[in-house]
Amino acid sequence: MIASLALILLAQLVGEVLARGAGVPIPGPVIGMGLMFGFLLLRDSRIGLPRVLPKPLTDGTLESTARGLLMNLSLMFVPAGVGVVGRLDLLRAQGLKLAIVLVVSTALSLLVTVLVFRAVASCVERRRPDGEA
Amino acid sequence: MAGDFSLWVYLAGTPLLWLTVTLTSYVLADRIAAATDRHPIANPVLITVILVGTVLAVTGTPYPTYFEGAQFVHFLLGPATVVLAMPLYERRATVLRALVPMLAALMAGAATTLAVVIVLARLLDIPQPILISLAPKSVTSGVAMGIAEALGGDPTLTAILVILTGIIGAILVTPMMNLLRIRDMRARGFAVGLAAHGIGTARAFQVSETAGTFAGIAMGLNAFLTAILAPLALHLLF
Repeated sequence: MIASLALILLAQLVGEVLARGAGVPIPGPVIGMGLMFGFLLLRDSRIGLPRVLPKPLTDGTLESTARGLLMNLSLMFVPAGVGVVGRLDLLRAQGLKLAIVLVVSTALSLLVTVLVFRAVASCVERRRPDGEA
Repeated sequence: MAGDFSLWVYLAGTPLLWLTVTLTSYVLADRIAAATDRHPIANPVLITVILVGTVLAVTGTPYPTYFEGAQFVHFLLGPATVVLAMPLYERRATVLRALVPMLAALMAGAATTLAVVIVLARLLDIPQPILISLAPKSVTSGVAMGIAEALGGDPTLTAILVILTGIIGAILVTPMMNLLRIRDMRARGFAVGLAAHGIGTARAFQVSETAGTFAGIAMGLNAFLTAILAPLALHLLF
């Protein structure tokens, strides 16, 4: 558990350093995700990395730690979300207009993204019509 | 009574109280969501925010005091983003096969979002500083705040608009996709991750792990593309 957390934090830290250092608009944790992906590829490749790694990183503990975090992703938005309640007065002046913009744009964004994805997917994958079973 | 008050003063200043309030409210909200069979409108983030907001209002606690305690939960957003690599890795073959539709949907989705937000905000006469703060609202909060700040918007307003967008997207996605009869979980996940960042991704993971994986990818890609497109779009559409 601790070894897994340490690895996850390390990936985030390196990601943050790279993002700030290079001034790229990608958030540090997203680079960290890429680094973690690279780690998993290396771990499961045939170069024999598992023998030198702490056991929790190879015996599935890392995966269950990850699953635990992802299952509760909603929780992590609560502290920032409560900020909305604290600033309702600020939203009140433009509330209706903002609500229209947010709802319409989010709906259109969902619609266009999903339709383009499906249209291109069915062009590319004519033999597998409905994606993953 | 004086003793009670000093106990309150002590507790209100420690992370213990606000962490407990946050976690307890979340457990309660999750039970409510489960009781409605995970109905989209019973969004766990929305319910928890209402519960915690009520506690803060009743006790007259200022938001910064609350956040000081709850920031440990907020901090976990970073590690949770890192471990999105796990489902991505487990499904890498599926993801790789969908690379072309993903990139096409990313371009179309990011451009549509920006164009609709800016044009609609102009039509409704929303003042310019608010419009700028609105532009990156589909992007995960840390990046969105950075974009708004660089363009001369208000980052704290952006954070609020980002959270609201996330909740709206997470509520809309399931009924909308069912109405459109889209059963491809990759497409459903990708759309909600692009339109509603992490809150959409959390919703996608509730529905299916494939949807969650694609939502996570869309969230990451959209953060990158919107950071590039937002200044361009504001320049073009003004």
